[in-house]
Amino acid sequence: MKKNNIGYLLREGVRGVFLHGFMSFAAIWVTVACLLIMGTFGLVLYNLNEMIVDLEQENEVLVYIDDSYSEAEAKSVGSQINMITNVHNAEFISKEEALERFVEEQQDEDIFAGLEASTFRDRFAVSMEDNSLMKQTCEEIRRIEGVAEVTAHYEISEGFQNIQKILNIASAIIITVLFVVSMLIISNTVKLAMYDRKEEIAIMKMVGATNGFIRWPFVVEGFILGFAASVLAFFLQWGLYNFLEIQIASVDTLQLISLVPFVEVIELVAICYAVVGFVVGVFGSLLSIRKFLKV
Amino acid sequence: MIEFRNVYKVYEPGTRALNGVSLKIEDGEFVFLVGPSGSGKSTIIKILTAELQPTSGSVFVNGFTLEKIRRSAVPYMRRTLGVIFQDFRLIDNKSVYENVAFAMRVIGASEKEIKKRVPYVLELVGLENKSRRLPHELSGGEQQRVAIARALVNNPNMIIADEPTGNLDPARSLEIMMLLEQINALGTTVMVVTHEKELVDRFTKRVIAIDEGQVISDGMDGYYAYEEE
Repeated sequence: MKKNNIGYLLREGVRGVFLHGFMSFAAIWVTVACLLIMGTFGLVLYNLNEMIVDLEQENEVLVYIDDSYSEAEAKSVGSQINMITNVHNAEFISKEEALERFVEEQQDEDIFAGLEASTFRDRFAVSMEDNSLMKQTCEEIRRIEGVAEVTAHYEISEGFQNIQKILNIASAIIITVLFVVSMLIISNTVKLAMYDRKEEIAIMKMVGATNGFIRWPFVVEGFILGFAASVLAFFLQWGLYNFLEIQIASVDTLQLISLVPFVEVIELVAICYAVVGFVVGVFGSLLSIRKFLKV
Repeated sequence: MIEFRNVYKVYEPGTRALNGVSLKIEDGEFVFLVGPSGSGKSTIIKILTAELQPTSGSVFVNGFTLEKIRRSAVPYMRRTLGVIFQDFRLIDNKSVYENVAFAMRVIGASEKEIKKRVPYVLELVGLENKSRRLPHELSGGEQQRVAIARALVNNPNMIIADEPTGNLDPARSLEIMMLLEQINALGTTVMVVTHEKELVDRFTKRVIAIDEGQVISDGMDGYYAYEEE
């Protein structure tokens, strides 16, 4: 592309957007709808993943220490547990603390008033970095000297992992379908614009225009459509997310659900929308140009 | 310079459009290419502009060998030609000035060059006072002058005019032919494809006659010579 042409090609691209005003308007809004659905799915998935991670961390493994160990000896086992790669944290719980927690959990605390701490064992509440490796990690903990017993709820951990897998697959399918739909919509808009200017393109070819020269205004047009759609979708997504956050916070029964604040994901959402808008716009238009260049 | 050496063109169903055409047009010549409908004239133009590839034979256009030309080189070959069509092929929503300037923008000319060259060419074709008009505000003859200006603006080696007077009345047709003769006098090779024998016979120029895909006559004797063959 020659330097002399840049201004002209950009102007032509912008002109194309306004020349096919209705089609451009329709393409932008349909793409906004697709981006919003994609973005909403992405954010729902992100929040569910965060919730699952929180829940998983609550699914702790309890490591009981041999009764014959004193409290100081029992505490020293903790350093060996912490040395295992997949262990995120090992919190020591003494017999006394274990008793207190047990009594607090009971509905009628008085029944257990006479219970002695020696009934319980010193223990560690261990959280994992990756719950999918829980079984192997528990095996490694069992091999540590002084560990009497390890109790873990593998079925809960596996349940969370299955939910995550299903969510990831479903979201990937939906996002891919919507991505392709958005690209085809932009592609068809640019195709209509090109069809409208078929004669002009034929003349351009006849006077010696290169394919690049003909292609650029349409690429610029596609880029503007994609970019406009991504900016609009971003702000709508922001508004929608904040609205949902307020609604969830105002309903008592939904207090368990805690959404990640939008400001925490704002950069990620902005980058994703910008990239998707660019790819959908530019590649959508490139898709439609090829057949018009065969003159 | 253009040269066809034993060129054949066969279309898909087996129709032979060109049947061993050999001809040569030197730089600076003015040539009429005549023949009835379906004789192969349009195929010759399409091969010259690289819209079609010959089935066999060799074609040379202003230093390019067309049967070997790469797709990326086609635009550069086309810049050595200025093509004029019967239906003018102007862009309706661009002014006369813009229609001509457009051909310069396509090849990357600067605004300074465009502002200098376009008024000169419009003056040459007699449209200097109509540069802001849109094509539909002009007569047929004037529209064809815009097309000629567009073909000339990049200073091509050769002008190919495909039935340039087909949509014009006799007086306007004569004006266009005289304009093309004037352009030829300035050094540009001109090839006019036509079947208007009265017009051809008014000019004492080389006439190449085509029929059934073959050159059946080539000389300075006018259109009637071809009819008497």
